Amino acid sequence: MIGRIALYLLVGVIVVYTVFPFYWAVVSSLKSGQALFGTELLPRDPQWSNYTDLFTQQPFGRNILNSVFVAGSVVAVSLVLASGAAYSLGRVEFRGRRPLLMAILGVSMFPQVAVLSGMFELITWLGLYNNLLGLTLSYLIFTLPFTVWVLTTFMRELPKELEEAAMVDGATPFVTITRVFLPLMGPALVTTGLLAFIAAWNEFLFALTFTLTNEMRTVPVAIALISGSSAFELPWGRIMAASVIVTVPLIVLVLLFQRRIVSGLTAGAVKG
Amino acid sequence: MAPRRGGLTGMQRRRRRAAWLFLVPMLVTLAAVAGWPLLRTVYFAFTDATLFDLDYYQFIGLLNFRFIATDPDWWRAVWNTLFFAIVSVTIETVLGLVIALTLNARIRGRGPLRAAMLIPWAIPTVVSAQMWGWMLHDQYGVINEVLLRLGVISTPWAWVADPALALWSVVAVDVWKTTPFMALLILAALQLVPRSVYEAAKIDGLSPVGIFFRMTLPLIRPGLMVAVLFRALDALRVFDLMYVLTGNSPSTASMSVYARQQLVDFQDVGFGSAASTFLVLIVAAAAALIIIAGRIRFDTAGS
Repeated sequence: MIGRIALYLLVGVIVVYTVFPFYWAVVSSLKSGQALFGTELLPRDPQWSNYTDLFTQQPFGRNILNSVFVAGSVVAVSLVLASGAAYSLGRVEFRGRRPLLMAILGVSMFPQVAVLSGMFELITWLGLYNNLLGLTLSYLIFTLPFTVWVLTTFMRELPKELEEAAMVDGATPFVTITRVFLPLMGPALVTTGLLAFIAAWNEFLFALTFTLTNEMRTVPVAIALISGSSAFELPWGRIMAASVIVTVPLIVLVLLFQRRIVSGLTAGAVKG
Repeated sequence: MAPRRGGLTGMQRRRRRAAWLFLVPMLVTLAAVAGWPLLRTVYFAFTDATLFDLDYYQFIGLLNFRFIATDPDWWRAVWNTLFFAIVSVTIETVLGLVIALTLNARIRGRGPLRAAMLIPWAIPTVVSAQMWGWMLHDQYGVINEVLLRLGVISTPWAWVADPALALWSVVAVDVWKTTPFMALLILAALQLVPRSVYEAAKIDGLSPVGIFFRMTLPLIRPGLMVAVLFRALDALRVFDLMYVLTGNSPSTASMSVYARQQLVDFQDVGFGSAASTFLVLIVAAAAALIIIAGRIRFDTAGS
């Protein structure tokens, strides 16, 4: 009996520990002026001024659109490239397949800063500095290995009979992939795309280094660089408001897809 | 249909050709965005290139590396990164194990609990850093307020500004952000263990602690070590957390922060590239160490 109570107590502690910072951010974002410096658990006089300031005093709406564009485009490109590669790596035996998979895994272990100077040179050479497409290009370095790895795991598990049946019917490999495999991999594509989208959305280093103007910034950079009217005073209320705006859709997405997300993550790490 | 003369059938040959055709676009892209920039960075490490004029540089051999080896800020950054990686991964693994074992027990409300635990992972690191930076604020932070009211401390502590505390604060934020994720990975590994194992152990009269160390742990070790490997490599590459929470402060700067500072703030591409190369070598060495020590095997991949 005591064991049960202790267990539920532990669960309660875990929930408070994981959720409280976010709750506090929401509460803080609704306080303005002097109220911000008090520590009531519930704001006495909730204000929305922090939120409106975000969109009127700086191009936060534009920042959000930027993030959506970059994350969306890099996920689309990655899924297209990775689907084809996953077929080859997951279902066809050829020499050098294992070293290749290892090499792709190796790329995902690069420290991002290690490609910074080379990437900077590449991006300026393509004229993509301070351009969202420059970010799309650079993000491929982590979305591509990840999507290839996870999709390969899923491709490997599709039954051989399907492929043989399609080939007996005279289908070329291309048709087999597009008409037989991809429809079956719908859930896997959604999961992988979602995880890659979240990773791209949260990326900070490249976005910080390869953009210059406020209009071109993505959300993480905007949140990190929110500055106040004076050099010494950070507008914490506004920072919290931005944090809440960015986090709520992510939380909703994660809650909706939690089962898929966990299976996608563990497919890559634990099982394979 | 049996292959003729020990070779491949036309069908198999066609499949293999198609396989390469589908593979090449991805490989070319990866080589262009990953392979080439990495090689270029290593190349720049041997030059004195600067950010404002990348085209005009000279070779200076190992000079950059010699400078780095004698820069105390660099070694401070190495220490910060190693400390951060070892401490945070250890805490996250142990706490993650505890939480995963808790979740594995049959309790009601497992679904919402798992959902709550995904929240820290889903929040962008930048946002986590800002949220915790606000809570740890020395004057207006809620943590100091609570600790002062409870009488645990007598004056507000500068969690983020004080060099002695700052690195621990960074570790604490990372623990908050990553432990739930580790717990979920470990839980997945735990759930692969069949219940019959536990029943057999109970019949044999093993205590719960004995069951854990003698049966559970060895069974989940492979999955656990992979999770630890990925987590450790992530920790060695850390940038966002330190940069947003404590800026370029040398008391918490990681190797990535140092390298980027040289590259972008000081515009010294040669020096920054050398630091980056050094970092890659350290990460590779750590990966090899963990793989060997953890006896991680990649047999299942690609087979």
